[in-house]
Amino acid sequence: MSAGHGPLAPLPDRVVRDPALLAFADEVGGVDAGPVAIEGGRTQWHLGGHCEPGTRLVRAPAGVVAFEPAEMTIQVRAGTTLDELDAALEPAGQRVALQGLPGTATVGGVLSVGLSGPTRLGHGHLRETLLQARYVSAEGLLVTAGGATVKNVTGFDLCRVLVGSFGTLGLLGEVILRTRPRPQAAAWLSGPADPTALFDRLYRPVSLLWDGATVWLYLEGYPEDVEAQTAIALEAGLVPVDGPPPLPSGRHSAEPAALRSYRPDAPRSGRFVAEFGVGVVHGEWSGPTQAPPDASVVALNGRLKNLFDPTGRLNPGRDPLTPSNGKADHR
Amino acid sequence: MDATLVAELSAALSPDRVHTDQLEQVLYGRDASLMRGDTGVVCFPLTTAEVQACIRTALRHDRAVVPRGSGTGLAGGAVPLEQPVLIVTTKMTDIEVDVDNRVAWVQPGVINLDLTRHLRPLGFHFAPDPSSQQSCSLGGNIANNSGGPHCLAYGVTSAHVVAVEVVLPDGELTMLGGLGADPAGLDLRGAFVGSEGCMGIATRIAVRLTPNPPAVATLLADFVEPAHAAAAVSAIIAAGVVPAAIEMMDQRITQAVEAFVGAGYPIDAGAIVLIEVDGLPGGVAAETAKVREVCMAQGARSVRVAADEAERMLLWKGRKTAFGAVARVKPNYYLHDTVVPRTKLLDVLQQVYAIADRHDLIVMNVFHAGDGNLHPLLVFDAREPGILDRVHAAGEEIVRASLEAGGVLSGEHGIGLEKQPFMALQFTQPDLDAQARLRDAFDPDGRCNPAKVLPQGSRCGDLAHLDAHHRERLLADGVWV
Repeated sequence: MSAGHGPLAPLPDRVVRDPALLAFADEVGGVDAGPVAIEGGRTQWHLGGHCEPGTRLVRAPAGVVAFEPAEMTIQVRAGTTLDELDAALEPAGQRVALQGLPGTATVGGVLSVGLSGPTRLGHGHLRETLLQARYVSAEGLLVTAGGATVKNVTGFDLCRVLVGSFGTLGLLGEVILRTRPRPQAAAWLSGPADPTALFDRLYRPVSLLWDGATVWLYLEGYPEDVEAQTAIALEAGLVPVDGPPPLPSGRHSAEPAALRSYRPDAPRSGRFVAEFGVGVVHGEWSGPTQAPPDASVVALNGRLKNLFDPTGRLNPGRDPLTPSNGKADHR
Repeated sequence: MDATLVAELSAALSPDRVHTDQLEQVLYGRDASLMRGDTGVVCFPLTTAEVQACIRTALRHDRAVVPRGSGTGLAGGAVPLEQPVLIVTTKMTDIEVDVDNRVAWVQPGVINLDLTRHLRPLGFHFAPDPSSQQSCSLGGNIANNSGGPHCLAYGVTSAHVVAVEVVLPDGELTMLGGLGADPAGLDLRGAFVGSEGCMGIATRIAVRLTPNPPAVATLLADFVEPAHAAAAVSAIIAAGVVPAAIEMMDQRITQAVEAFVGAGYPIDAGAIVLIEVDGLPGGVAAETAKVREVCMAQGARSVRVAADEAERMLLWKGRKTAFGAVARVKPNYYLHDTVVPRTKLLDVLQQVYAIADRHDLIVMNVFHAGDGNLHPLLVFDAREPGILDRVHAAGEEIVRASLEAGGVLSGEHGIGLEKQPFMALQFTQPDLDAQARLRDAFDPDGRCNPAKVLPQGSRCGDLAHLDAHHRERLLADGVWV
């Protein structure tokens, strides 16, 4: 734009016109509409602090808006379940890297909670799937964060802070997600083995779980490669199995290197399954006490919340600073 | 220059690392964009504490701070305005590898390629590989959420940053993210990466180590028609193959590059496509065969697989020195960085050629075709009267064509100063307002790299810092604000 021109206006397609989203924004309402909380599939309802009792509950609209297989992106409303998402993508041989999470969970729910499933080692953090988010702000306005393309650094990256925000900054209404080709071959193997040695020998395994004695390994890829990596695992004493072990309901966060020094004989007050290479430990015990976040981080979280939701009307009782460790109380 | 400010900075750092002389004023007034700013005091801290001292001193003197790495940014993000305290991180070059956590802690001045070289004996690399990787710094990569050819499969910088130690605009030190799997709180790390120096200064960064792939194949597909090349790119993705990289170069740039480095490119090709597949040997063989098949079906004259590492490196050298080769054609270039949906690549590319023709300009296209990230280079000689107006008019039309196809303004270069006005095409007022609030959470007073990224009127009043006098001076320099 040369300096003499007037200000530019957004292109017509940047203004949200989906009636389902507009209705959702109306339902959420503005500041005058008072506190409001959002529910999805309630599969992780107990995380992120407790929703204040009596808060008016809303649900995001559901359904696939657009899927162009050659684009390798899908646009869905946030209330769509992971099962519905997968069913839409499966015929095209694609999927979104939200594997290992409950099929009845909603897309908006898992993004708002922000905790990846047990294939994070190979598939990356679930936040990497989110390209664009449309949410209803505390003022009741529809806001678009990010963009539709697979690569985008236009402006400040609001999508990042929405993932894991527990709906405290805005209520997700619709998202565009990156898809990936489904693998041609996959295999789970398990057996007593040293996870460190196995991890160092394999090339980018998708999941490596360990309960202190036994490892579970998940491989994906081209058949010849899965076969070759399987051979390494067989040599290490693993055998083919149907799938991963059930994951204990508690969860805490460790540095990946800390798992290397976990010893099977260390005193434990319950079963655990650790995600090797990632640092997530699913445990039946409350886990080590996690150091409270630094005061500067707490202050930044507070400032962001105040700027996005000054009256605290969005999901009162929720707080992303609530540690994800500890036993789930399924309240 | 404010003598007290300079004296205090010199005392906090050392006099030989606080510069105000004429040469530095000129040198640090620019980055790799067309814009020229107004340099203040240029500081070269070595440590986190020195960065803090610079920021606190600037605060006391009511000066803004502008962070700067190697200055390779293409959007004016590091261009100083209103004589700020310029914090240049190029002397902060420590690398500390933590293999067990699969990260390296780096200071922001570490050069991208130096990190990868440092990691090579350990069997790892840093995945984002901007074309400027021989000279761009990690701090700059963090600020711009940089991409590069291999981001197609591996993701941009944000996916490779685990934690960032940041000196906030008020001088406080914080750690965003962490090595633990699920750091508590909002993903402030993610907000910081790509914030173009507007949310503080990164002083230590934990970047992810990516294992080097056991097998790699680099293919060169040669097309008579650029349209066929673009169609092949879309067809590769549609076939369910996500290569490590898919780069396209049109005839003009191919010829310029070939004359510049002799990469072995066919100069009679209408366009060439460079494709890299990597991973385990089975997948590499399968994808090599598939890519070849798709390219031939789309009308490629030939598909050549690099026979050895030397040939592979040469093919990449050509691609990565493309911008340098442009100087053989014209002394200046103006570059956009839009991204379009991959299925619209061909359509938008044809519009780009038509737009350049209409404005009687030379356009060269060399870009990350696999993710739809266009880099149309409008090449010109700035001494030609009136040419900048044509360049900017054509640029705006290219941006509009990309956005109308459903695309976005920037894929990896950022917004800085240069692309700011176009933000209002892509975002509505509530969208921009939300971005302004995100920035305000980190920098409520607009002290850190003010007047960048968000256009005037986004809410935060950034441009209030840039008084009318300074805007006029920028414009008088032939610079386009």
